[in-house]
Amino acid sequence: MLTLGIETSCDETGVALYDGDRGLLEHRVYSQIATHAEYGGVVPELASRDHVRKTLPLIQELLHGARIARSEIGGVAYTAGPGLVGALLVGAAVGRSLAWSLGVPAVAIHHMEGHLLAPLLEPDPPAFPFVALLVSGGHSQLVEVAGLGRYKLLGDSLDDAAGEAFDKTAKLLGLPYPGGPELARLAEQGDSGRFRFPRPMTDRPGLEFSFSGLKTFALNTLDAVRREEGEISAQSRADIARAFEQAVVETLVIKCRRAVKQARCQRLVLAGGVSANRRLRAAMTEAMQKEGVRTDYPRAEFCTDNGAMIAHAGWLRLKAGERSGLGFGARPRWPLEEMRPPGGSGEW
Amino acid sequence: MKILAVETATDACSAALLWGGEIRLRYQVLPRGHTDLVLGMLDELLAEAGIRPPDLDAVAFGRGPGSFTGVRIAAGVAQGAAFGAGLPVVPVSTLAALAQRAYREWGAQRVAAAFDARMQEVYWGCYQLDGQGLMAETLGEQVAAPDQVTPPEGAGWLGAGSGWAVHGALLTRRLEACLSGVTPDLLCSAEDIARLGAAGFEYGRALPPEQAAPVYLRNQVAKKPSRVSGR
Ligand SMILES: Nc1ncnc2c1ncn2[C@@H]1O[C@H](COP(=O)(O)OP(=O)(O)OP(=O)(O)O)[C@@H](O)[C@H]1O
Ligand SMILES: [Mg+2]
Repeated sequence: MLTLGIETSCDETGVALYDGDRGLLEHRVYSQIATHAEYGGVVPELASRDHVRKTLPLIQELLHGARIARSEIGGVAYTAGPGLVGALLVGAAVGRSLAWSLGVPAVAIHHMEGHLLAPLLEPDPPAFPFVALLVSGGHSQLVEVAGLGRYKLLGDSLDDAAGEAFDKTAKLLGLPYPGGPELARLAEQGDSGRFRFPRPMTDRPGLEFSFSGLKTFALNTLDAVRREEGEISAQSRADIARAFEQAVVETLVIKCRRAVKQARCQRLVLAGGVSANRRLRAAMTEAMQKEGVRTDYPRAEFCTDNGAMIAHAGWLRLKAGERSGLGFGARPRWPLEEMRPPGGSGEW
Repeated sequence: MKILAVETATDACSAALLWGGEIRLRYQVLPRGHTDLVLGMLDELLAEAGIRPPDLDAVAFGRGPGSFTGVRIAAGVAQGAAFGAGLPVVPVSTLAALAQRAYREWGAQRVAAAFDARMQEVYWGCYQLDGQGLMAETLGEQVAAPDQVTPPEGAGWLGAGSGWAVHGALLTRRLEACLSGVTPDLLCSAEDIARLGAAGFEYGRALPPEQAAPVYLRNQVAKKPSRVSGR
């Protein structure tokens, strides 16, 4: 079933076409970074306004690029949550109405399920079961994935998500929004030996994350350097970035090692925006190799928000017979543990 | 002519099908329940008429002003429904539709329509009956403090809409002798979106679906952080 996926949960409009036989046919992402940059973060109302301008033109461009007529669409999947309610509602309204008008089924998709299954879009995809590390702007979670919709939460964030910690620390370093990738770039010039940040919550058992302390540590380090140097040099900022990144990466590696052991699992999957981080990918792959664990992650463009992961998750659920009703409410807060294997009517 | 109309910008969620001069309506007042209701309403209307979306001529929608989210739901539904069926859309002002309803139900020929816009402001527009039995705008729509709205000219104006419920005293003082009465509880209905949409369609005001854009009137919605210099 040729599935159109629509993602509008935050500040990216994403659309894609996925099909069982042909795989991913085409995808498009429109990033609103320019809209929000001057505000230093996502302004929800502006995000919604951008989505309602961009979603349909992007779908048209997508179909055109794939040389697909709209009558060939066999189903529509849209992100129903979690995310910004106004932004979600745009994709839901357009997607659900389009399916109704075409006379094809629709399915409401959990954004994090989309992220979680994104590595399956790659060649030689990992088979179930696997352990997933979800590290994004709003989440740091370890999830045991037995199959589609069969998720067991192993560990969660107690405060700031990993991506959030990247973004906040980047802001402290004076980097433009969104800070994660910028910080990673700056860290490339940094000396890893100069500062040492703590590895939060690694000194005790458990799979919980707490990254808010790292931001405070960065602030204190900056203050100390300022006292020492007066004006903070570019090198010092890069060194701090490097030390911060190193701390996050090592913490994530330690927790993942524990998680795969606890779950007795031979496969680990990285997903979410932070999994685009090159050092994280390299360090994780190396560490897991030593444990005999295979590591998979999505291509960089499918780590952050995109339509392909929604089209893919939607296709899986539609194929299994799941159908959403004509209502298209958004669920801004929607715990992943509430997900179930594909069911008949996903109405809530 | 067959026009499907959708309206979700105010507390009432409604859908209407205009077919051969006759209008069928679904209408329910259920704040924040619009997303649960609206497609079911459209579906029922078409099923009842025994037609499918591609049999329509256009999809009309309440393009605002109103609740930002509500206006986007209407625009989003219109976009999806129209694009899926290869139809154009016709944007209709919700203030004009309110005025049209005041004419339809109250016989008002001059209507000063106001929606509460929160933040001590109203969405404002004045409409007068034209020769075709349609309400036509007499001055541009605006968002303004109730004591700053542009008053209409002449007498015999009926004040309509939630703006009059919240800011009745200030608006009454602003309009003074222009005013003939007030109906503050009147809500927008897709019936009038359909009627005005049909006229718009005939006058060539239909647009491709991707141009189904909300009109918010309030466009200052976020403050830019003031730049901190020299740190
Ligand atoms: N190379 C990178 N290194 C570190 N962080 C990165 C990198 N690339 C992106 N990020 C971070 O990833 C986050 C964005 O990821 P994503 O789009 O998955 O999150 P989100 O959609 O905002 O949140 P969620 O999916 O939890 O709702 C941002 O915090 C961003 O800084
Ligand atoms: Mg995301």
